Order: sequence, then structure tokens, then C-alpha cells
Amino acid sequence: MFLDFFYLLREKGLDVTPTDWLTLTEALDKGLAGNSFTGFYCLCRAVLVKSESLYDKFDQAFLEHFKGIAEMPEIPPEFYQWLANPRGSESMDGQKHQSPYRTAEQIEQMLRERIGEQTCQHNGGTYWVGTGGSSNFGNSGAGQEDGIRVGGQGHYHAAMRVAGERRFRDFSEDQVLGLRQYQMAFRRLRQFSGETNAAKTELDLDATIQATSDNAGKLKIEYKRPRQNTVKLLLLIDSGGSMDEYMAVVTALFQAVRKSNHFQDLKIYYFHNCIHDRLYTDPTCTPGKWVESESVLHQLDGNYKMIILGDAEMAPYELLNYRYYGQNRMCGLDWFQLFQKHYPHNVWLNPSTGGRSLWHDDYWSVGSHYDLSTYDILNDKFDMYLLTVANLEKALKKLLVSR
Amino acid sequence: MQTNLTFEGSQDYVAGADLMSAVNISMALQKPLLIKGEPGTGKTKLAESIAAALGKQLIIWSIKSTTKAQDGLYFYDVVQRLYDSQFGGNDVKDVEQYVKLGKLGEAFSAEEQVVLLIDEIDKADLEFPNDLLWELDKMEFYIPQTKQTVKAKTRPIIIITSNAEKELPDAFLRRCIFHYISFPDKDLMRKIIKVHYPVLEMDLLESAMNAFYALREQRGLQKKPSTSELIDWIRALQIGGISAEEICKTMPFAGVLLKKSEDMAELEKMKQTGRGPFAG
Repeated sequence: MFLDFFYLLREKGLDVTPTDWLTLTEALDKGLAGNSFTGFYCLCRAVLVKSESLYDKFDQAFLEHFKGIAEMPEIPPEFYQWLANPRGSESMDGQKHQSPYRTAEQIEQMLRERIGEQTCQHNGGTYWVGTGGSSNFGNSGAGQEDGIRVGGQGHYHAAMRVAGERRFRDFSEDQVLGLRQYQMAFRRLRQFSGETNAAKTELDLDATIQATSDNAGKLKIEYKRPRQNTVKLLLLIDSGGSMDEYMAVVTALFQAVRKSNHFQDLKIYYFHNCIHDRLYTDPTCTPGKWVESESVLHQLDGNYKMIILGDAEMAPYELLNYRYYGQNRMCGLDWFQLFQKHYPHNVWLNPSTGGRSLWHDDYWSVGSHYDLSTYDILNDKFDMYLLTVANLEKALKKLLVSR
Repeated sequence: MQTNLTFEGSQDYVAGADLMSAVNISMALQKPLLIKGEPGTGKTKLAESIAAALGKQLIIWSIKSTTKAQDGLYFYDVVQRLYDSQFGGNDVKDVEQYVKLGKLGEAFSAEEQVVLLIDEIDKADLEFPNDLLWELDKMEFYIPQTKQTVKAKTRPIIIITSNAEKELPDAFLRRCIFHYISFPDKDLMRKIIKVHYPVLEMDLLESAMNAFYALREQRGLQKKPSTSELIDWIRALQIGGISAEEICKTMPFAGVLLKKSEDMAELEKMKQTGRGPFAG
């Protein structure tokens, strides 16, 4: 039953399984759809959709599939009573609209057409079916002498109206992240192991039993180390000028990482647009508060997981020019790649929308040697993820999985 | 055992039609009901209301971040037993006195059908919902210490609430009926408030509600005020004897609605520029 709807839902990305579908069929057998279209809509949504971020997709699929049914104007039985006695009404200030008297059949025909045309709720006005207006149809309005009062709730089309309202559009997963969501996402960065140097605080039951038996029955309690997270994280944050507009996002992510105090080690450094031979320990990138990038590479071994947080927007010469920072004959891109090689588990998180090419188009359009924007170059070299809910989860999962 | 129970809200809880339908569906299909929603939209109260409406006992299992699935089934007090064996006292051969049933175990071993509320399941560890899958399916578990199987005589009505902080594992979601309690619109909110305050001036109610919804619509708030905060606010306004006109002018007792200092600062800004609840 409704198998087309099932496949449409899967096409829209809703991952409905055959088991869910059988549950739906079972529920329909038990009469749980309540003999109304709205009840059917609620039933489908409750059984098939498992997250409010998918409600919008479900609404769209439902509208698309069942549009044909809604277009059949179902005239409630009250209509036939009213057609026999069309209700006259007076407007608030006593005016009545003059309209040529139509026969009941003509009005009914107009209603069918009008319902077919109408795509949204309407109040006021003189044409559509709705409330508070002065057309031939609707209620609570200064209607015409020969009009028809349509029921206030509109129950027959409520399901389509509810789905059409698209109330859950904001819940789809491409929304802006908040602090709490970052924290939850970062909790995923865990690899538990008992092989740490933590204090022994958990009761080790088996060892206790063994030790007690060895001790000729006198109780001897043994403790073991609790399992701890062994993930070590290196976070490199871009605090160049172009990142100012993402301050809120960066702050939230930074706070989330700091509050996730379960990392075995957490090191945070800052750079201005691009990594060079020094990394700053302070977001303002003040000279003097820095460490050598080489020493960072020596101290923090390859077991660290590296996250680079930046918008990858900078002047192309910063990234590619060998003479910009002359010390090691390495350009910015070389440094990025050196870090990438040293830390095989790495991801790049980008709070911007990606590829604005501000520098490229506006500043460097004439006489520029560089055809690609820095965003494109870095996007190519790194696993870059734009910061949305879905992407953050993907990025962190990827960070854990070994190559 | 087929029972034709239906839920239609109770005296002190107003539920939307889709919520009532989700509850009835989950009861008829005998699947757990997973409720998500903004904090303060009445998820916990829903379970209380269901239990009251159906006249069943309510068992609440409040999940903490340290909760393990085993805690819900049973707890075997080993250390007590070891100490007793060392220092005499109770008869240690009787294992049963050291095995205490958790909330899920209680729900299974109840004589009649109960309502079991698993509150805020997303607070626990990531693997917690998966650990419960078998027990939720089969409605039974085995205690090796006493060699007993605790089996549910009647399937309890299980309601699970989540604050939407974490994504729950897919295998767990498959076994549930899901419902998201969206924020009530003005009509439903009016009904909810009438349940709490049967005697309330219409002016005060309308003015407070308009200000509240206008405030919620403003961007820049870190934590939007929710239903329970509105109810508290109206109480404060009643006690303070505030009139309807004053509400739009000064928003008294805003600390009841907004709990963050950044939001209070934002409210001040709105007052300066005449936005949000201060408009018109």
C-alpha cells in the first residue's frame, strides 16, 4: 500500500526501512489513522520520521505525493443544507455588496473551482475562500448576500495545510550550531583505554576475588584504573582579519573544546591567515607571544589529532610566495602541508560559506599571477568541512578513523 | 493482552492533537514513545499526565551522565556481601538480598501495567541507548547471580524524553515512535495558561502573551524563554499587581523569562531601540 510514497520518502533522504513500513501497515490495520487525512499524516510522521530535522523533508514528500488527493474538493454535507438556504450577512457598517444573484448550482461550481485555485489560507479580500472578507465563500466576513459559509477549521484540508506550513523548515540539519551542540559533537572524540597513567580508583572485582583467595580468605580489595579518553587534540585557529565576522562561531567552538575536559591533552595555537615559522599562543597574535612551529612539530607527536579552524581566505602571496617569510625558504602552503604530513589524522573546519574569492576577484583581478583562490587551493589539499551540524559530525568521525 | 486505552489529555495538561495521536499510536503498537522538544515544553509532565489519565502507576528513571544501562536492570552489591562474609551478620548464602532491581526491573516485575518514564536519555553515554535494545525488545533480562529471569508480565508503557542534545543511535530510533513537541502556538498557549490560572484577567493574559511571543521572535537571544517560564512570569505579574499597559512599557520581572545576562543586556537594547515586545 502506498509503496510509491515509501520510495519517494527514501528518495528524499528519509531512510525509511521495510520494518518501519510494516509497522505503518500494522498501524493502519488497527485503525490508528483515525479515519481522517490529518490522522493519517500524524501517523505516518510518528512512525516513519525519527528526528525533527527530517520533519521538513517529510512535509515536502507528503505534499508532493498526496497533492492530487487534496485537490479533490470534498464538500462537507452541511453545504447541501446551506445551498438550500444561502445565508445573508451584513457588514459591520451596514453596507452590503451588491452582486447578481447566482443560482445554487453556480455557487457550488464556483466553490469547487476556487478551492482548486486557492493555495494558501486567506483572510480579508473579496475573492478567495477564507475568513473576514467579503467574497462569496468563507466565514466571519462581510460576505455577499448569496454566499456560502465554509467551516472555520477546514478539517478536510488540515493535513495539507499543516504540511504546507512547513513549520519545521528551520530544524533541518543545515542550521547554525550553538555552543551546546559543539560540546556534544566534541564528545564524539573519544577513544577509551585503560592504559593510561591515571590513579587507580575503580574496584577491580576479579582481582579482588583473586587477591582475597590468595590471602587465605581475608578480604583484600584491589583497584584498577578507570578507562580514560586517550585522544590528544591540537587545535590551530586562524585569527586573521577575515575571521572577524565568524567570531561568534569560533568562540563557541573554542569554548566547547575547552569545556570538553576529557581530552588527554589539548593544545591550542593561533595563526594569522597562514601558518609560518611561528605559531602564536594568543588570539591577538601579538609579537613575542609565540612558539616556533618546528618545536611544536617536535613536541607533539603524530598521535595528536589536528583540527585547523579557518576560512582559508588570505592574500595569495601569503600562501604561495616564497619571499614573504624568508627564514626557511618555505611558503605558507609548504607549512600547511608539513603539518598535514606530520599529523595524519587531520581535518579543516571552515566557518565561512566557502569560496567567496574576495581577495581573488576584488583585489587581485588585474595582473594577478594566481588563477585559483586560496580557498580553492586549500580545499584541494585538505579535507575541508564547512561548519554545519551534519558536517561537523562527519569531520569528527573522520578524525577518529585511521587512514 | 489487548487493551483499548486512549489518551486525550488530562485535567492539568493540555496536549496538541498530534501529540495525543502519537501517544495513542505508541500504546496501540506497544512501542516506546520518544519525545523531543525544547526544554520547558512539558515533556516530563506528559508522562505524569498519561499516568494520571490512565490511572496507572508512574515509575521515573532519571538518567544522569554517569548512568549505565545495567543500573536500570539490577545492581548486585558485591562489596556489602564481601564485608558481611568477613564480619558475620547476614546470611551471605542468600544472594537475593544483595540483588536490587533497578527502575526497568521494577517496571517489568510489577503486577499491573505501569508507565515507565526514562527521562533525558541523551544525558547518558553515547552507547547507553544501544545497551538497552535487547531488554526493550524482549521485555526480559537475566540475573546470573540469582539465576532468575525477570520477565514483564504486562508490557509497560515506555516514554522516553530527550533534550535533543545528542543524536541517538539509529538502531534505537527504529524501535520507537517519535514525536517532536513544537512550541505551542498562541491558541494552545492560552489553553495551557488557563489550566494553570483559571482566574486571570484577559487583558493581562493577552498583553503578557503578546510580549512573550514578540520576545521569542527576536534574534540575538541565546536562550529563548519557554512555556514554563511564561507561566512563572504570569504568576510574578499577578503577585506584583502589574497592569497590562505596564508590561509593554517596562517588561517587569524580565529575570523570570531570561536567564542569561547577555539576554538581559539584549533586552535593554530592545528597550532603547523600541524593538520586539516594546514595539507598538
